[in-house]
Amino acid sequence: MSARETILARVRKSRERPDDDAARKAVAARLAGHERHLMPARIAIDHDALVALFAEKAGAVDATIETIDDEAGVPDAVARYLRGRNLPAEAAIAAHPDLDALDWSASTMTVHARAPEATDRIGINRPFCAVAETGTMVFASGPQSPATMNFLPETHIAILRQSEIVGGYEDAWDRLRAAGRGIGQALPRTVNMVTGTSRTGDIEQILQKGVHGPKFVHIVVVKD
Amino acid sequence: MTIHHVTSSRFKEQAHVALGDAVLQGNLARLKGNFLTRRANARASLPEFDDLRDEGIAIKKHTIAHLDLYLEAFEAAVTATGGTVHWAADAAEARAITLAICQDLGARTVTKGKTMVGEEIGINPYLEAHGITPVETDLGEYIIQLADEPPSHIIAPAIHKNREQVGKLFAQHHPHLKGRIIEDVDEMLVDARTVLRERFLAADVGITGANFLIAETGQTVIVTNEGNGDLTQLLPRAHIVLTGIEKVVPTLEDATTLMRVLARSATGQEMSAYTTFSAGPARPGDPDGPAAFHVVLIDNGRSALLGGQTEDILRCIRCGCCLNACPVYGKVGGHAYGSNYSGPMGAILTPALAGLKEAHHLPNASSLCGRCEEVCPMRIPIPKMLRHFREEEMKMGLAPAAARRGLKLWAMLASRPALWRRATSLTTSVLGALGRKRGRFASLPLAGAWTDTRDLPAPQGASFQSQWARRT
Repeated sequence: MSARETILARVRKSRERPDDDAARKAVAARLAGHERHLMPARIAIDHDALVALFAEKAGAVDATIETIDDEAGVPDAVARYLRGRNLPAEAAIAAHPDLDALDWSASTMTVHARAPEATDRIGINRPFCAVAETGTMVFASGPQSPATMNFLPETHIAILRQSEIVGGYEDAWDRLRAAGRGIGQALPRTVNMVTGTSRTGDIEQILQKGVHGPKFVHIVVVKD
Repeated sequence: MTIHHVTSSRFKEQAHVALGDAVLQGNLARLKGNFLTRRANARASLPEFDDLRDEGIAIKKHTIAHLDLYLEAFEAAVTATGGTVHWAADAAEARAITLAICQDLGARTVTKGKTMVGEEIGINPYLEAHGITPVETDLGEYIIQLADEPPSHIIAPAIHKNREQVGKLFAQHHPHLKGRIIEDVDEMLVDARTVLRERFLAADVGITGANFLIAETGQTVIVTNEGNGDLTQLLPRAHIVLTGIEKVVPTLEDATTLMRVLARSATGQEMSAYTTFSAGPARPGDPDGPAAFHVVLIDNGRSALLGGQTEDILRCIRCGCCLNACPVYGKVGGHAYGSNYSGPMGAILTPALAGLKEAHHLPNASSLCGRCEEVCPMRIPIPKMLRHFREEEMKMGLAPAAARRGLKLWAMLASRPALWRRATSLTTSVLGALGRKRGRFASLPLAGAWTDTRDLPAPQGASFQSQWARRT
């Protein structure tokens, strides 16, 4: 008997199921149903309040946020942020059409549309959406969004549209499923939920930022 | 069905060593309050917290009741995304599968995210014995790997070390420091980041555990704060996920409910920094990600718990909250338990997986105060299971002879009310008379185990029953 059969047989032996067909149907229904459970009351608010909640929660976990009125102003906002921290105006950037469409050179930014390399200090990525409940950004990996962009560079900059801010994680799942890519690959290879900066408490439980992932997370929120 | 390198049979000696270790006591004292206070704050700021716990329990119960079906669904979904599922009936099979994947790729170094099931099956020494270097990348795990010690806490593996000890380990193992001992914690972090960054980039295979497996989508989920688990799984050519079979949940919505209680119970965060859902290998056009994706589903004794007295421990989401709440863990630390699963959950899981014969001391290392069950997000009835193991210990004749004789004597007295009254009033009046002056005993025959470390209060002179009789 293979290990698979051994394990499944051991499990089945203890599961008393007079009607196996009914159990299989119940399981199939549950898998297809995506039924939501209790969601916190804190997200039962209108969209403007969700936008404010997102900013509050992301700020509480050390992300910085700038809200701008016009998407064309993104390169300027990024360049300004980097100048403010005395960082070079050079970054790896996700090959995302929304980011491609921006005029980075006008803001004296040098951007490289590729996955980040070990030497890149700054990475710019485009989240799929964001969850107000805990100030969490949701990244969907793919040609337009390298997953490593969220972890390798020390400074992680995210360009988010206000309309992409949702209430709970369940709303993010629905959006991701709706953007599906066909059978078996309905969801991206990697979904990264990012809530603030990398952190550890492994030495004397002292909170320290930026142990392996980004030490700085900056979010540019564009009104739309 | 075993846990790697279990020394739980030496619990008493190990606990004594821990209690006499002043540095360890200082380090453990830091644990008090920290995690638990933060948990209480997180709970207070989410009014739905306790209701979410109950919903989480229902999810886990439903899944465990249909475990075979959800495992099959998970396997089918992983396969559909191009990943490979391996089944391991025990630790030896899991190690062999993992090694074979590494050897097929000609791997020389393997980076690792923190995985308790990896500790359980002893994957590191096995890979090393076969010429493959495992590198722990979680800062806490990295520290204890340098120290060649097992983790002492399931979510804070190096909680027993202080900064001086970490500084010395870095000086010893990081050649570029030329023996210099870093004193500043921030500088230690920069040093570890620099050293481990090179390891991430050089690794051939990345091994992580899983907090959840999603049957609906075939995703494996890790919840971390450092980002090491992500660099571990994204940079090398292959990602191997080591996981117990009980980690599966039906849907993303189900995992979401459990996520809402996990970090809050563990560190008191509302959400850990990184929650990552991985489905299969990198796809055509992906700029990064592993070319191969393997999930090793490990039983190693779990299926034997189904339908038994300890089935509920399979609900455990490994938040570590019961360790933080346990007064015994808080004094003896994790190493005394002699298993990578320590504290209250370890006192269940270790005998459950490694056998009561090996670990019968652990269920006794508790005053049954019940704090573990009170804080457990999955409300696992730990004290009830500890009592179950104590009964089994008696039945199997594993309890020390003195304890068995003592209990027999007690049972004989307790089932004879007249004799009981006479014996207790004699004892209390004699002890009361002897101890009247000081009100306590610094030493007493047959009570050395108590009086060695603290005084025994002297009785007030009459037993409860005789006092009660006088009142009525």
